[in-house]
Amino acid sequence: MYLKLLSAVIVFGAWEIAGRIPVSYAFPTFIESMVALAQMTFDGTLFTAYGETLRPLIIGVAISAFIGIAMGLWIGLSNWFDWLFSPIFIVMQAAPLAALIPLLVMAYGIGLTSKVFVICIMAMPVIVLNTASAVRNTPSSIKEMARSFMGSDLEILLKIIIPAASPVIFSGLRLGVSAGFIGAILAELKITPTGVGDIITFSRSIADYPSMYAAIFSIILLAVLFLNLLERLENLLFEGNNRGYVSD
Amino acid sequence: MRIFFSKGTTVVMSQTKGAFAKADPLSGENAVTAHKISKSYGDVEALKNLTLEFPRGQLTSLLGPSGCGKTTLLKIIAGLLDPTSGEVKVNGKTVTGPGPDRAFVFQDFALLPWASVIRNVAFGLELRGMAKSEREAIAAKYIRDVGLAGFEKSYPHELSGGMRQRVGLARALAVDAQVLLMDEPFSAVDEQTRRKFQEDLLSLVQNENKTFIFVTHSIEEAVYVSDQIAILLPRPSRVHEIIRPGGFREKGVDNIRRDPEYLDIVDEIWASLRSYVE
Ligand SMILES: Nc1ncnc2c1ncn2[C@@H]1O[C@H](COP(=O)(O)OP(=O)(O)OP(=O)(O)O)[C@@H](O)[C@H]1O
Ligand SMILES: [Mg+2]
Repeated sequence: MYLKLLSAVIVFGAWEIAGRIPVSYAFPTFIESMVALAQMTFDGTLFTAYGETLRPLIIGVAISAFIGIAMGLWIGLSNWFDWLFSPIFIVMQAAPLAALIPLLVMAYGIGLTSKVFVICIMAMPVIVLNTASAVRNTPSSIKEMARSFMGSDLEILLKIIIPAASPVIFSGLRLGVSAGFIGAILAELKITPTGVGDIITFSRSIADYPSMYAAIFSIILLAVLFLNLLERLENLLFEGNNRGYVSD
Repeated sequence: MRIFFSKGTTVVMSQTKGAFAKADPLSGENAVTAHKISKSYGDVEALKNLTLEFPRGQLTSLLGPSGCGKTTLLKIIAGLLDPTSGEVKVNGKTVTGPGPDRAFVFQDFALLPWASVIRNVAFGLELRGMAKSEREAIAAKYIRDVGLAGFEKSYPHELSGGMRQRVGLARALAVDAQVLLMDEPFSAVDEQTRRKFQEDLLSLVQNENKTFIFVTHSIEEAVYVSDQIAILLPRPSRVHEIIRPGGFREKGVDNIRRDPEYLDIVDEIWASLRSYVE
């Protein structure tokens, strides 16, 4: 905890110093940015912006998480599904998203759907691929153990495979959520400037750099908070996960 | 020739060359019979025409060089693997899969790392659908029996190898199966713990009316704990010899290792295995 605080102080301190030198006239100091952040928070701009940004983000991340984990489990359990679907997600992960955005806009317009798509393309592959490889790597000896004590296939999935895979599934979720945040901003910058993306584009166009950095800072802060929340959820669902592992 | 053998009375030692070829008319005496089992993994023929009987209430060891198919046989009996041909009967019923009459003790313990000791021990009962309070009461009893009282809330990574294997043993005992299948259960623990385990196993065989099938690499261990030793030869594996150590058992655990008969049998087994170990 203190370590986290210390590293935050160091990073912000460096930012402040870099802003004062200044590294570039377009680089505000930490304090200027925080003032801008406070201003935007109090006049409500930030809240309306996040109302706009969070909608596709939450929908996209939720879809990616549910479908991604389900697909990942399936791919991990069945060789046939692996053969059929894995390549799609591998291609999706490697695809240059910026090049795909015009296609998405052409197909789905500039509304919510396209933005949700962008977020899903960013977030889903890593969730699917992590889940699938975690499932495939479940230690066979504990699966065999459950089978020898007459566990059904469903029980083996719920009581062995998912708990065993959960640390890697959650690390996939964390990566997926971070990618989803990037996707949300990317969508707002590339499709139509709305929400936080709008603040960034607009304040840059009028050279209000503190506001621009404040917006960027706030989205990073939100992402970090969200990831912490995810960690809480993991500890709540799988309390044994933070207990360390038997190494043999 | 068939020799009757019962604990606590005069014990006859015999060597039966080859396997019992014919079905045993007195199969009620045998908790488990394996009849003409063959198992191939692709081109690798692990077991070939293996026939072996496991007398009820006794401990039978499977002894043989590495890779000769001991684990394979044990898993076939457990119903975890299907034989290529042949059949296994447990209490007269043909094995088609895992059943409540058998419990497995794994060489690598196979504990759930995310579950506490008590949940691990109760896990077999959990899979059988027993209510939580009931199964934890039973698990707590077996945890005490294996000497782990006070560690109920610990996690496997906080235990030593020997303690983890006690958890594995308690889990197998908790489901109260008639047949216990143990795959080199003591191979991952140190020598002192191992000796203690061997003594405990002897009293377990005495006190519980269960049939034990025990895989081991160690000749001394096999002779020490077994009522019957089946010596398997390398692939494709058959039963080479069945040995029934006996008389020295009554002289008390402390004297077994010095008993001339014990030493003779150890020597004899080594003599017949030596040629296969280069
Ligand atoms: N899943 C498998 N696929 C292919 N071959 C296998 C498989 N499992 C075992 N074998 C082969 O079958 C033979 C018997 O294996 P098994 O594990 O039963 O031997 P073991 O007697 O238990 O050996 P050890 O004493 O070393 O544990 C070995 O030669 C091994 O190569
Ligand atoms: Mg083995």
